[in-house]
Amino acid sequence: MAVEGIGARALRKEDKRFITGKGRYTDDMVLPGMGHAAFVRSPHAHARVKGIDASAALAMPGVDAVLTGDQLVGDGIGNLICGWMIHSKDGSPMNMGGWRALEPEVVRHVGQAVAVVVADTPAQARDAADAVVVDYEELPAVVDAIEALAPGAPQIHPEAAGNLIFDWEIGDEAAVEAAFDNAAHVTRMEIRNNRLVPNPMEPRAALASYDDAEEHYTLYTTSQNPHVARLVLSAFYNVAPEHKLRVIAPDVGGGFGSKIYIYPEEMVCLWASKRVGRPVKWVSDRTEAFLTDAHGRDHRSEAELALDADNRITGLRVKTIANLGAYMSLFSSSVPTYLYATLLSGQYDIPAIHANVKTVYTNTTPVDAYRGAGRPEATYLLERLMETAAREVGLSPAEFRRRNFVRSFPHQTPVIMCYDAGDYDATLDAAMKAADYDGFAARKAEAASRGKLRGIGLSCYIEACGIAPSAAVGSLGAGVGLWESAEVRVNPVGTVEVLTGSHSHGQGHETTFAQLISERFGLDTDAVSIVHGDTDKVQFGMGTYGSRSGAVGMSAIVKALDKVEAKAKKIAAHLMEAAEGDIQIEGGELKVAGTDKKLTFTEVALAAYTAHNLPDGMEPGLKEGAFYDPTNFTFPAGTYVCEVEVDPETGKTEIVNFVAADDFGKVINPMIVEGQVHGGLVQGIGQALLENASYDENGQLLTASYMDYSMPRADDVPSFKLTTHETLCPGNPLGMKGCGEAGAIGSPPAVINAITDAIGSNDLAMPASPEKVWALYRSAMREAAE
Amino acid sequence: MSKVSMVLNGKPVAADVEDRTLLVSFIREVRGLTGTHVGCDTSQCGACVVHVDGKAVKSCTMLAAQADGAEVVTLEGLASGGALHPVQAAFKENHGLQCGFCTPGMIMSAVDMINRHGAGNLDETTIRHELEGNICRCTGYHNIVKAIKAASDQMAGMAQAAE
Amino acid sequence: MYETSYHRAGSLAEAAQLISNADDGKFLGGGQTLLPTMKQRLAAPSDIVDLTKIPELKGIREDGGSIVIGAATTHYEVASSALLKEKIPGLAALAGGIGDPAVRHMGTLGGSIANNDPAADYPSALVALNATVATSKRSLSAEDFFVGMFETALDDDEVVVSVSFPIAQKSAYSKYPNPASRYAMAGVFVARLGDGSVRVAVTGAGQNGVFRATAMEDALSGNWSPDAVAGIEVGADDMLHDIHGSADYRSNLVTVMAKRAVAATG
Repeated sequence: MAVEGIGARALRKEDKRFITGKGRYTDDMVLPGMGHAAFVRSPHAHARVKGIDASAALAMPGVDAVLTGDQLVGDGIGNLICGWMIHSKDGSPMNMGGWRALEPEVVRHVGQAVAVVVADTPAQARDAADAVVVDYEELPAVVDAIEALAPGAPQIHPEAAGNLIFDWEIGDEAAVEAAFDNAAHVTRMEIRNNRLVPNPMEPRAALASYDDAEEHYTLYTTSQNPHVARLVLSAFYNVAPEHKLRVIAPDVGGGFGSKIYIYPEEMVCLWASKRVGRPVKWVSDRTEAFLTDAHGRDHRSEAELALDADNRITGLRVKTIANLGAYMSLFSSSVPTYLYATLLSGQYDIPAIHANVKTVYTNTTPVDAYRGAGRPEATYLLERLMETAAREVGLSPAEFRRRNFVRSFPHQTPVIMCYDAGDYDATLDAAMKAADYDGFAARKAEAASRGKLRGIGLSCYIEACGIAPSAAVGSLGAGVGLWESAEVRVNPVGTVEVLTGSHSHGQGHETTFAQLISERFGLDTDAVSIVHGDTDKVQFGMGTYGSRSGAVGMSAIVKALDKVEAKAKKIAAHLMEAAEGDIQIEGGELKVAGTDKKLTFTEVALAAYTAHNLPDGMEPGLKEGAFYDPTNFTFPAGTYVCEVEVDPETGKTEIVNFVAADDFGKVINPMIVEGQVHGGLVQGIGQALLENASYDENGQLLTASYMDYSMPRADDVPSFKLTTHETLCPGNPLGMKGCGEAGAIGSPPAVINAITDAIGSNDLAMPASPEKVWALYRSAMREAAE
Repeated sequence: MSKVSMVLNGKPVAADVEDRTLLVSFIREVRGLTGTHVGCDTSQCGACVVHVDGKAVKSCTMLAAQADGAEVVTLEGLASGGALHPVQAAFKENHGLQCGFCTPGMIMSAVDMINRHGAGNLDETTIRHELEGNICRCTGYHNIVKAIKAASDQMAGMAQAAE
Repeated sequence: MYETSYHRAGSLAEAAQLISNADDGKFLGGGQTLLPTMKQRLAAPSDIVDLTKIPELKGIREDGGSIVIGAATTHYEVASSALLKEKIPGLAALAGGIGDPAVRHMGTLGGSIANNDPAADYPSALVALNATVATSKRSLSAEDFFVGMFETALDDDEVVVSVSFPIAQKSAYSKYPNPASRYAMAGVFVARLGDGSVRVAVTGAGQNGVFRATAMEDALSGNWSPDAVAGIEVGADDMLHDIHGSADYRSNLVTVMAKRAVAATG
């Protein structure tokens, strides 16, 4: 390896284990004597549990136990929680129903667990789970959020009358009213944001063990935030106090939000491991994942944009109904509120915005944050409105956007956010240039000669990453602080271990974080190791989600590095009898400016630990920790241009060109950042073209495997053209913004705007399946002919 | 129960297993080689691809008993003498992996693809089509396609140099 | 998967013996449909009898005016057969589009047709090429062999040995895949047989599995061109409909795929 600092396309240090089959994921872990869990799940969307007969199952070979919700409740295990309190506009707190990890009374979605079997082998456990007889009394179910709010809809939780969880608002309703009263033009749309299933390729898994001598639990699990898991398991579920519980998230095969939450199964494995007196492992199969991993999106909105005579936006009015499924998952309440409506101003100077959000219980899988979490919903709504408004008033989509861009910073929007820095013209210009926007007309004509409909669409997104500061989110209802911690341990031989509360499940932290140290001390990245994902090693951390590991996690490392550097300089100055201010670190050495005196980093580290000759009063050692609490969100932004060809005979859309121009602030490793964008883009394109969690009216999930849920494959998507423009974030030491979600946030409207441009009809909902596009184009042609 | 014998990564192995044991379970649970993964139940995701008698197959859709007497190679058996296979190296050099979970199947499918088409004979369209049975949720495929193309071309160069 | 007993048959006689000894036995080809079904616990045979090692079920050979393909021949072997690429290119191309490369290495012709999934590709080729299915007991025309959705004329103890495909003057297959499973939502095989007669068979779209589009056959008999079928609708009445496509849409796809298949024959 080499010294590879900020900006280097360093190859990933973690890759070798993954490309040689030596990764260690939860399902790869084996503990002596472990048993295997299989869950008994409801086949009904809504039913009363009248009885559970486990006698046949208990008699089957290898079966240790069949445990039910009554036993769970009897053991004092607490309900699952939602960690963000939202108040309705009338001031009342959200109406939250109880959620037990094994349900003893009423099941509320297909796949909800009512019992667990522990047996010697996975097959025996599955066989026995099938033999548990549950007596259900079916109840009427409702899956659609609007229907769930209608009078007479099945009542899902006694705590939430009419299935309404909260009725929340943001912004100035009167100011918006006035803007619409005086508008020269109003654009109105109904917009649906389709329900998605996150689908990390590694299904969730847990391996729990209990040491009865120490009264101590260990949990290996597929988590994006093991410390938060430990906190919740301890403080709310009463499994064990924090110091008696170790949570390890080893290699984790993708998360995309779905592995933030603390689900029933992981907790039941912990509880069961003590109950049955052996380690208990559970590995989700893919259909279980479809039924129980938190889903994403699922909004129905009415949106209106008011323009003045110069086509400047004067107001935005949004009414959204968000389907939260059968239970309130950990961060579910924050997603359609503070992570959504606060981004409705987009890149535009909009003087008045009002949004009303109603959240609703339905008999479907719980919905929570999925890559982008609220921001894709806001961006899709606004960017479809913008494209539509531009078409209606006869301006080019780019010109209409330019006319409304925010250009002076800081910019306070009417919906809480204060944008700190950005240059939206720069990313729009870069994207249009890379996409050869000017050459589109010729390409469209050429495509027409081949019988294809070509279209082009824009999306100018903004998002908010590194959700913060803790005091601010606390005042908005968050149950946790959203800082990050880090510890930098310099070993006596000068190698460095960085302990971070961030968690890497594909993001390449072992490389990117090492580059920070390499840059700072001039060390080979091989001399640095990144330690994460184990509550016994790292003191605390908030984990990785919301594109926060760079802007928040790395900022904490920088703060710790500042302290290490200061102490190292003090030691070096003392040893070389120089002034502290004259010490410079360069190429792995500490030098006295203007002289040839120098010490290697290793010599200084060793001196810190031998402690034979340290400045008076200095403690031995070279190890520093830091907590970093951001002062503001960061605001990545950019422009995406999508160009499509639609086959009018089949309705199939092919993406023939896709350009992403992003402003992520300071980029540490461009190779890794590009990879994040590629992945995000395909998830966004998947939402736009392919993916949809579809329920029948009885609450059966029709898309519960890859036979029916359309995952983007390699031949569904193109290679991408990426470009970046850098404006530094003023709020953190490196000027970073966050890149993990942008692709998924910005791409869906670009795709849909391109298709509606191609077929000349705007009434298109995601996913733009071939049949929908075909039917829409046919009816547009028929109308044109009439 | 049946006795199943095979040559796994060059080494003869045998075990008594239930007849319903899948090849992937034999590899992972009986032999402890956890580099082969299971990502779905319906034979679509390809995380479990291994080579049986030189051909890529989905080890979650084959019984261990069907592989009795066969030669099986998993990701762990691909590198020889400490040197990475060119496809493995290309995945690293081109950032063709993120979380690493689909990677075993991707690499085994890529090697098979290059074997069938001949090194140097793969273009982007062909690679994307050939990856129909391997799903990745992290990379958006961009760098996987790049890695396979690079490996294919590099292997063609190696073959030429060897002549 | 429920418990089961696996047997490997070395001959047709042994296969018959093994299946007759079983309570509820099933023959196993490549297993690419049966095993996922068993994993999902939707099938629970007491015994499975692996046919793929029986010598007379292997291989591709020319016999008179036909190509005879052993039932245990994999999709990959069919797709890569130089003989088939020359004599019945549409059939080789069809096999090369089934599932994905790993599935094609395992899946077999016999397994596919014995299952008669309405979305499987092979049935359209057998019907369009007027193939003859040789079983362990008899010979059947393709149209007699396929009875309905997941139903064939096979007895429980009857094994497909081979399929004989008459060499056609022209043949091509065009399919529109389901975006999730990649099975056919509509697949159309067009063939002009050795005697000049035209057959068009449709898979993936019909409620009762593979069917012949006779109006298209008539049109193509007089005019072998994409235009000849462009205006012919098979109608939505007997079409499958699901979350991926309505009956109307499938009906449209049949017409479009027919056009494209004819165009592919050059």
